[in-house]
Amino acid sequence: MQKLKLVMIGNGMAGVRTLEELLALTPSRYDITVFGEEPHPNYNRILLSPVLAGEQTVQDIILNPLEWYAEQGITLHLGKKVVKIDRKKRVVYAADGTEAEYDRLLMATGSKPFILPVPGKDLPGVISYRDIHDTEQMLAAARQYRHAVVIGGGLLGLEAANGLMLQGMSVTVVHLGEWLLERQLDKVAGQLLQQSLEQRGLRFALQAQTAALLAGESGRVSAVQLKDGTELAADLVVMAVGIRPNTELAESCGLYCNRGIVVNDTLQTFDPRIYAVGECVNHRGIAYGLVAPLYEQARVCANHLAGWGYGRYVGSVLSTKLKVTGIDLFSAGDFMGGDGHEEITLSDPVGGVYKKLVLKGDKLVGACLYGDTADGAWYFRLLKDEQPIGEIRDHLMWGENNLGDTGHAGENKAAAMADEAEVCGCNGVRKITIVKAIREKGLTTLDEVKKHTKASGSCGSCAGLCEQILMNVLGSSFDATPKTKTVCGCTDRNHQEVRDAIREHHLVSIPQTMQFLEWRTPNGCATCRPALNYYLIATWPGEARDDPQSRFINERAHANIQKDGTYSVVPRMWGGVTNASELRRIADVTDKYRIPLVKVTGGQRIDLLGVKKEDLVNVWRDLDMPSGHAYGKSLRTVKTCVGSEFCRFGTQDSTQMGIDLEHDLFGMWSPHKVKLAVSGCPRNCAESGIKDVGVIGVDSGWELYVGGNGGIKTEVAQFFAKVASHAEVLEYSGAFLQLYREEAFYLERTVHYLHRVGLEHAKQRVVADADNRKALYARLKYALSFEQDPWAERIQGEQKHEFEALPA
Amino acid sequence: MSHWKKVCLLTEIPPLGARVIQHPQGDIAVFRNADDEVFALEDRCPHKGGPLSQGIVYGKTVACPLHGWQIGLECGTAAAPDEGCARRYAVRLDGNAVLLNTEAAA
Ligand code: SRM
Ligand SMILES: Cc1cc2nc3c(=O)[nH]c(=O)nc-3n(C[C@H](O)[C@H](O)[C@H](O)COP(=O)(O)OP(=O)(O)OC[C@H]3O[C@@H](n4cnc5c(N)ncnc54)[C@H](O)[C@@H]3O)c2cc1C
Ligand code: SF4
Ligand code: FES
Repeated sequence: MQKLKLVMIGNGMAGVRTLEELLALTPSRYDITVFGEEPHPNYNRILLSPVLAGEQTVQDIILNPLEWYAEQGITLHLGKKVVKIDRKKRVVYAADGTEAEYDRLLMATGSKPFILPVPGKDLPGVISYRDIHDTEQMLAAARQYRHAVVIGGGLLGLEAANGLMLQGMSVTVVHLGEWLLERQLDKVAGQLLQQSLEQRGLRFALQAQTAALLAGESGRVSAVQLKDGTELAADLVVMAVGIRPNTELAESCGLYCNRGIVVNDTLQTFDPRIYAVGECVNHRGIAYGLVAPLYEQARVCANHLAGWGYGRYVGSVLSTKLKVTGIDLFSAGDFMGGDGHEEITLSDPVGGVYKKLVLKGDKLVGACLYGDTADGAWYFRLLKDEQPIGEIRDHLMWGENNLGDTGHAGENKAAAMADEAEVCGCNGVRKITIVKAIREKGLTTLDEVKKHTKASGSCGSCAGLCEQILMNVLGSSFDATPKTKTVCGCTDRNHQEVRDAIREHHLVSIPQTMQFLEWRTPNGCATCRPALNYYLIATWPGEARDDPQSRFINERAHANIQKDGTYSVVPRMWGGVTNASELRRIADVTDKYRIPLVKVTGGQRIDLLGVKKEDLVNVWRDLDMPSGHAYGKSLRTVKTCVGSEFCRFGTQDSTQMGIDLEHDLFGMWSPHKVKLAVSGCPRNCAESGIKDVGVIGVDSGWELYVGGNGGIKTEVAQFFAKVASHAEVLEYSGAFLQLYREEAFYLERTVHYLHRVGLEHAKQRVVADADNRKALYARLKYALSFEQDPWAERIQGEQKHEFEALPA
Repeated sequence: MSHWKKVCLLTEIPPLGARVIQHPQGDIAVFRNADDEVFALEDRCPHKGGPLSQGIVYGKTVACPLHGWQIGLECGTAAAPDEGCARRYAVRLDGNAVLLNTEAAA
């Protein structure tokens, strides 16, 4: 097939990202030609600030070296500005006469710095701050001259001023507004920022308007004259008063522009053959000036150029951070507040800390942090996901760590961490490794950091820390993860969409679901298949067939794989109670199969470790005990204490209650593992406070707690309901777990599910609505009626091939 | 003399699954994908020796059960950014029979 011709104008961050996304989807659909006005390959523009500050070199910030273009077969025209587009003939022309035909055109021309229309604006020594050329000019001026004036106290202006100061210049910032960064900070935070920049040596003229730039004897700029007559000495003037979408070329060929090239949700301009992305674009009335939204645009645009045709760009929520080493500020959303909003503020001007959170209803809508931004990423997540925060409101100001131990207590400031410090304890990844990868490979999302460095790839407890590091290196929140994450790279659908489709369209098999939802890969991957398998069997019990090949080995072999390829066997001990006969059989099995280790688990039962796979079925047969499902996203243990039968304090028979709950829920598959505990009195010896469902006996009945977790990040369970009878404990617990089974995303523990939907939601459906509770419980019982003891089934010969090796 | 040996029938390997061949040189994993193609690799992940036969198979890839490295079934190499390679063995179908040749490199 003849390849289509794709021409891209503008070799910058948004455009090249679009090409990368496109090549990942379809490497060979297009012959690609790229025109770039700058003489450099694609570089990380946002890192010009560290280059100016002397912390990095131009070489460090190249994202795609020339070899990359060659490897991808891209025809690259550097230093060539496109000056004309003939939309009828479908040809573009560069200033030097180079031409290229296109079937699809991608415009990514970025923006232009706005130049104040004041006398003297064209004098030598007056520049803007946009590209490598500008940066080099600034560095050269700093070597030769002394006085610099930066006009504009926004992010760009302050980064320029800081850089020039570090290069040895004496710098004054002229700013029209009442305080610095008025688009990112409120007045209090803006003033704190000003103080600390002043301490570093910058000078400010606020509420000051530039009247003219004056020339010296040499003809070079020598001073800035303000409206009030003040003159500020200046051998270099940097204008950083804003940017304008670069639409000159688009307008000249008749494309509709209005403060940006106007595009729809698929990033198409009014000429359907022409796409546009980046700062040059106006999408739903907004022209973005930060990288994260541009990268989202790039992904959607690539999806359409590739012919997949289903991505939509619907706009972005932004957060910002100033990239001045040693200054921590963060803001996101609607941080000014006002009518109909509530504010929580913490202000410690002496300690240099100021935090303001803006709430509307039970949602966080804005945040402005100065001095301590450790929780910026967390607030940003709460804000983007529109999570209900009613229940954590009291703790909100104290940050995520305050909600529990993240496993990195006391080390919550990524910025303060030493380069050599370990960030990811599971994979031994140091901070410097992550920082390097972000810079050298141009990573912008947590997922990419995970892929390239392994950090946060295992237990995930350092994900927040990695996010902070990303934010510190890149300046703004790059966690461009859309509001709802896709299941995996095989699809653009998120978990909710998949669950809904399976239910609404009565999908009962994995291939059917993949086809219906237009999966990109023929048979998915190790991430999506287990999720789909769970959603299917949980939604259509008795109808959807379990697919062993889509289960992780533990659930396929019904035992837990060990590092050396052997397995562990944990038989069920109902409520943690055993007897002499079971113990005797365990002892005999241990001898007969030469099992290297017998261990009492943290879940009140016994683990036989180091069993060979071929022995599993015989071990199960000889044990003659049911599976403990210690390997599954399923019901694990129900821990109990001795309770009223023996204990002098016991108010209820917690042991029997636990045994009954465990029988009631036996065989239950769930989004993640589920653990219960029953204690006989509030002394709580079974640790009911950190279980998915915790039950505590009291004199008048039972208290139920939900959403506890004793694992990676300890979470205390929340009070759910108080009931009087044994039967109600079963019904309420079962109904809650069924709600979780029906609504949670795969690999979401109860606590995370509740964080997402809110405890109130679960209470409404289970505690307040008796009919719904009974219906939920009935659906659970129906689903469980299809489950049998998997070990017994395998002793009968089920899945035989799984346990037998073949001779050579 | 031919070194091709019949090790099992195609139908004895589940689609998107694997079987382990116990060989004096060490276990060999024989995989079958959704298109009924067969592949054979040494049953040791280049990362920390995980048994690849126990992983989830998709496309022409297996995800190692221990830490999720993605190993190409055709080439035995780990997908970037991981680096490493599991030894390949020659394997082919003769009708329904799966033939393995441990003398020839694949
Ligand atoms: C055997 C046992 C340790 C022991 O010797 O005591 C154990 C062993 C493993 N745990 Fe655990 N956990 C064991 C009790 C616990 C407990 C304590 C408890 O259940 O009361 C916890 C904290 C409670 C909780 O889950 O809320 C616990 C929190 C975890 C976590 C973190 C879960 C979380 O959501 O934060 C993981 C990782 C995961 O599930 O993703 C994990 C994962 C694992 C795995 C399965 C890792 C794996 O995937 O291979 C370990 C298997 C080791 C092996 O080679 O067989 N294990 N694990 C315990 C089995 C209990 C049982 O009888 O079933
Ligand atoms: C100093 C500095 C610091 C920044 N810091 C941050 C930050 O911390 N966080 C953040 O999110 N964002 C930051 N930004 C903004 C960010 O860099 C931009 O949002 C991003 O680069 C825009 O990408 P783009 O592809 O739309 O435009 P660009 O990257 O500007 O690319 C456009 C390219 O098109 C070329 N071009 C234009 N017209 C033509 C033509 N007719 N023919 C050929 N080529 C043409 C231009 O030369 C340019 O190379 C910063 C910007 C600067 C300058
Ligand atoms: S048993 Fe649990 S805590 Fe111990 S090493 Fe394994 S996963 Fe970690
Ligand atoms: S042993 Fe295979 S991924 Fe670690």
